[in-house]
Amino acid sequence: MRAIKGPAYLGIFVILGLAPYYLSAYNLSLLGRFLALSILAVGLVLVWGWGGILSLGQGVFFGLGAYALAIHLKLAGLGRGELPDFMQWSGMDHLPWWWQCFHSAAFSLAAVIVVPMLAAAGLAWLVFHRRVGGVYFALITQALVLAFATLLVSEQPYTGGFNGLTDFSTLLGVTLTDPKVQRGLYWVTLAVLALAFAISVWVLDTNFGKLLLAIRDGENRVRFLGYNPVPYKVAVFALGGALAGVAGALFTLHVGVISPAMVGVVPSIEMVVWVAVGGRESLIGAVAGTLLVNFGKDWVSSAMPEVWLFAMGLLFIIVVAVLPQGLSGLASLLFRRGRRAGTSPFLIGNEEAVAVPQTTEKLP
Amino acid sequence: MGESAVIAGQVFNGISVASILLLAALGLALSFGLMDVINMAHGEMLMVGGYLSYLTCKFVHGPFAFLFALVVAFVGACVLGALVEVSVVRSLYGRPLDTLLATWGVSLILQQGARSIFGAIGDEVTAPQWLNGSIALHHGFLSGVNLPYVRIFIILLAAVVLVGVAVFIARSRWGMLLRAVHQDREMAEALGVNTRMVDLVVFALGTGVAGLAGSALALIAPVTPTVGQSYIVYAFLVVIVGGLGSVLGITLAALLIGLFSAGAQIFTSVSLADVFLLLMVVAFIQFRPKGIIVRRSRAIEET
Repeated sequence: MRAIKGPAYLGIFVILGLAPYYLSAYNLSLLGRFLALSILAVGLVLVWGWGGILSLGQGVFFGLGAYALAIHLKLAGLGRGELPDFMQWSGMDHLPWWWQCFHSAAFSLAAVIVVPMLAAAGLAWLVFHRRVGGVYFALITQALVLAFATLLVSEQPYTGGFNGLTDFSTLLGVTLTDPKVQRGLYWVTLAVLALAFAISVWVLDTNFGKLLLAIRDGENRVRFLGYNPVPYKVAVFALGGALAGVAGALFTLHVGVISPAMVGVVPSIEMVVWVAVGGRESLIGAVAGTLLVNFGKDWVSSAMPEVWLFAMGLLFIIVVAVLPQGLSGLASLLFRRGRRAGTSPFLIGNEEAVAVPQTTEKLP
Repeated sequence: MGESAVIAGQVFNGISVASILLLAALGLALSFGLMDVINMAHGEMLMVGGYLSYLTCKFVHGPFAFLFALVVAFVGACVLGALVEVSVVRSLYGRPLDTLLATWGVSLILQQGARSIFGAIGDEVTAPQWLNGSIALHHGFLSGVNLPYVRIFIILLAAVVLVGVAVFIARSRWGMLLRAVHQDREMAEALGVNTRMVDLVVFALGTGVAGLAGSALALIAPVTPTVGQSYIVYAFLVVIVGGLGSVLGITLAALLIGLFSAGAQIFTSVSLADVFLLLMVVAFIQFRPKGIIVRRSRAIEET
C-alpha cells in the first residue's frame, strides 16, 4: 500500500500545482483559500482522527494566526506614527504596546505559528492533566471559541470589532493586489500544505503516532503500560493548533480580510465537517473533504442560499451515522474490497474498544 | 439607588438567569449521565418551546393562555426530542463524540427550518396581564430594587419543575428504572429493564423541560431561530461544573454560573464577563474535574 501512496500523493500535488494554467482566476482564488483551509483540516486529522480529541474550537487557533498576520499587514500599510483607521474612529491616540511588536515581520511570522501553538498547548494541558477529556473537552473548546469571538467583537479599539481587519496592501515589500503575486501566493499555499502533509505523514509514522492511536482507543490501558498520555495529547493538540494558525494566516492573505464571523462557533464546527466528510483518519481525505465541502458551499449558497444549512446539517448526520470513515472509507470500500474481506471500512476504528468496557470490573 | 441595591438587583437577575439555565441544563445532564450522550440540538428545543408558546398565545386568548402555552411547549419539545432520539441518537449508541456531531446537524436543520418559517427577526410573546408589573422595594437598604413579576414567575417555574423532576426520579416507577440504569446498565438489562425505553423517556423528558425553558425565555426576550445557541453553551458549562446526572449538582452549578456572570457584569462588559466565566470553569475543573457532585465508583472507565 505504501508503495502506491507515495506516487499517488505526488501526482495529486503536481495536478494541484499546475492549477494556475487550467483554472479561471476566480476558481483559482477559491482553490487557493480552500487549500489554506485544508492545512487546518490536516491538523484536525492528527488531533481528532488519530488523537481522538474532538475540538469544536479550532477557530480560536485559526483566528490567532490570522489576526497575528493581519495586524502586521495593517501596520505595514501605514506611515510612521500613523494609526490604523478603526483605532482613530474609536478614539485611540496611540498604538497599544502589543501592536507595536507586530511592526517586525519576523516577529509576526513567528507569532502566526507560536501563539496558537502555545494557546493550544496551555489549554490542552490545563484540561488533560486533570484527566478531563472526551465530550467535556469538546464542550470547553466550544465555550472558548464563543468567548474568543465575543471578545474580538467587543474590543473594537484593539481588534477592529465586528468588521475585523481588512484593507491590506503589502507584505515584506510585495504588493498583494498584483495578479502575479496572487498566483505566487497560490503556490506558496500549496507548498505549505505539502510541508504540513509531509510532517503529518512522518509524525503518524513514528512511535508518537502509534501512541496517539493507542491513547485514542484505550487511554487507561496506555497508562497501565507505563506511559503518561498527557504530554502526547498536549503535543498533538499544539501541533493541530499551529497548523490552524498557519492556515488562518494564509487564508487572510488570500481573502484580504479577517473578521470574528470567520472564527466563531459555527465556522469551527464546519471545520470538523470537512474532516468528517473526507474521513477523519485520512490526511488526503481531509484535503479532499475541505475542497469538496467548500466548493459545494460556494456553489449551493450562491444558487440557493437558504438550502445550504439544510444541506450541511443532513450531510453531517449522514456522514456521521452511515459513513464514519468519510470518503476515504468509501474509497477503500470500492478499491480494497477483495483484499480485505471481512473488515468493513464502515466500522469506526475504536468500535472494538467500545465493546470492551464490559471487562472493566465495577466493584461495589 | 444605593450600591447594595445594585448588587441585590444583579443577584436577582442572576437567579432568574440561573433558573432558565437550570431548566436548559437539566435534560442535558440527565441524558448525559444516563447515556453518555450530549445533545447539541438541545438548544433548539428551547427555540421550539419558545415558538410553540408564541403560536399558542397567538391563537388562544384569555388570562391563562400562557399556562396552556407552557403545556404545549413541553409536549411539543418532548415529541420532537423523542423523534431525535429514535432517529439519530439511538443509532450512534456508544459513540458520544459522533452523537455530538450528528445532533449538531439536527440543530442546524431545526434552526434553518425556523428561519424559513418564522423569519430571522424575533417574535415576541406578550406576557399575560397578571404578569405585568413588579414589586418595588422602597424601604431599607434595598430601596430602589425592582422585581418584575415575570422574572419571579420564571424562578417559581424553575423551582416547581426542579421539585417535579426530583420527585419523579426519587418516587416514580420510571424514576426507579432511571436510577437502576444509571447505576448499572448491564445489571438492569439482565433484570429485564428495557433500557432503551428508559433512555427514550429520559431524553424526551429532558427536551420537554428545555421546551419549558424556551417558553419562559419567550416572556423576557424575543424568540429567534438562534436563541438556543446563545443559551446552550452556558448550559454545557453548567453540566461540566455540575457533574454527571446529579440534580443537586446541576442546581448548584446553574446558580453558580448565573450569579457569577450577573456579578461579573457589574464590574466589566458582558463579553469580558463571558471570558471570565470560561476562565473560572477551567480553573474549577483543576480542583474538581468531575464536577461539584461526584458519583462515586471504582470503575476505571465510566461506561
